Amino acid sequence: MQHVIVGAGPAGVVAAETLRKGDRAADIVLIGDEPEPPYSRMAIPYVLEGMIEQSGTYLRKAQGHYEDLGIQYRQGRAEALAAADGTLTLEGGEAVSYDRLLIATGATPLSPPVPGLDLPGVHNCWTLADCREIAALLGDDANVVLIGAGFIGCIIMEALAKRCGTLSVVEMEDRMVSRMMDATAGGMLERWCAAKDIRVLTSARVTAIEAAKGAGGDKAVVLDSGERLDAHLVVLAVGVAPNIGFLEGSGIRTDHGVLVNEHLESSAAGVFAAGDVAQGLDFSTGEYSVHAIQPTATEHGRIAALNMLGRRAHYKGSLNMNVLATVGLVSSSFGSWEGVAGGDSGVAVDEDAFKYLRLEFEGDHLVGALGLGLTDHVGVIRGLIQNRTALAEWKEKLLENPHRVMEAYVAHSQT
Amino acid sequence: MQKSLHIDPDKCTGCLQCELACSHVNEGVFNPAKSRIKVFNFHDQGRMVPYTCTQCDEAWCMQACPVDAITLDAETGAKVVSDALCVGCKVCTIACPFGTVNYNASTGKVIKCDLCGGDPECAKACPTAAITYVDANWTGLDRMRQWAAKTDAGAQAEA
Repeated sequence: MQHVIVGAGPAGVVAAETLRKGDRAADIVLIGDEPEPPYSRMAIPYVLEGMIEQSGTYLRKAQGHYEDLGIQYRQGRAEALAAADGTLTLEGGEAVSYDRLLIATGATPLSPPVPGLDLPGVHNCWTLADCREIAALLGDDANVVLIGAGFIGCIIMEALAKRCGTLSVVEMEDRMVSRMMDATAGGMLERWCAAKDIRVLTSARVTAIEAAKGAGGDKAVVLDSGERLDAHLVVLAVGVAPNIGFLEGSGIRTDHGVLVNEHLESSAAGVFAAGDVAQGLDFSTGEYSVHAIQPTATEHGRIAALNMLGRRAHYKGSLNMNVLATVGLVSSSFGSWEGVAGGDSGVAVDEDAFKYLRLEFEGDHLVGALGLGLTDHVGVIRGLIQNRTALAEWKEKLLENPHRVMEAYVAHSQT
Repeated sequence: MQKSLHIDPDKCTGCLQCELACSHVNEGVFNPAKSRIKVFNFHDQGRMVPYTCTQCDEAWCMQACPVDAITLDAETGAKVVSDALCVGCKVCTIACPFGTVNYNASTGKVIKCDLCGGDPECAKACPTAAITYVDANWTGLDRMRQWAAKTDAGAQAEA
């Protein structure tokens, strides 16, 4: 059996390891398109901050890990797929045959639609190569403009702030991390950043990046207000999109990502998809969504591999959840944090202490949550949501004081 | 025979010796907030319930770690965080459906119970044997496992 995995992020690596565990004889080829060992993009901010070396991002730390497992790790970039004859074509023309294929090609950063992105010193922060370019331009005198205050923008903000002169952040939405923050949380986060001398401009659009030599840098970020922000370094973090371009003409059904069923199989038999490129079952909505998060990537990788081995493993859906620290303020979100029709909310907010917890219920079940400044026992929120725990009398207690959520959990699990 | 922590809430008096011992030995401070075991006080029922990681087989924390910083101690069965490798991304703290991995902002790392390498201080400090370290078969582990299975967090393969 020839298993080919295209994409060497967490989904691809977990799939390769699961395949080996289940079949000692199969050929397993893992194809990555960067000249690095398989690594975690999530760890890049910590390299930028100087906390770890680049090797600290590697998904597996043991020397010879892939060779020892008989996993052939090689370089290549997918160009086209002929699902009917089981052939993946790589850039350069090489054809790779497979019996089972896993598409784990992840995502690519989006570019804002403005001129000047090709100027020197304008970078995404997505790959280790990007990280090296950015690190080379940071320094005490560097003026940095970060475009985008979403997940990635917020996570790299601390590293940028620590290693630059001034940091300005431009976000076109009306609040930071609009995909995981309501107005209350977004407002608190903005206030937190301001207190750390980071200028955050929300509801602001970049219209151009222009070459403009001056004391403040060699370029200027021009805003729709007319304001010009001088910069030595511009970092782009406006979002990512699944890498599905190479599937054009393959007949494989795609929407935002590769559409997969409960076995993580695409519309073509024998072709599976996992991780940031896959659009699979969403635990909360019952619909099909791309959840570009680490836990989903590893779950997808494992379940897809079991199915590639011929075991009919069912996937019960991914719970969308996120955790991030923005210059030290930890935020987390779970499931339907915006609430559901006919549901109830329990909210506790302490603006001065930068603490916020919003719980969302449907009946007496927890279905979503949003937290700011919480670092203890947050995982129980996942447990309560995915267990669909009937909270009974604890629902009232939680509406009154959402911070008792761990108690509610212990009360249900230890009786 | 692998051992595990056995917790009998009925014997707990809420003296918090376990929390102090844990934080002292693992973090060098007598600070219950830094303890990996936590006693929950249900005032209205007069009940105290010590609670910590059960070293579950599913090991959501270990599966979710993007940098291989959580590994299995084959001797004790504990899932152990390597401070040298942990980058503090906190994904494990939301992945663990039991809420037993916490982020320690002062070190920038996560902390969880590692069974003190096979000699848990909480059990030694407990004056009423509410926390004991015994052969795994003797503990209420089955009950915990049932809960774990019921939790059904994410993907349960029906192989």
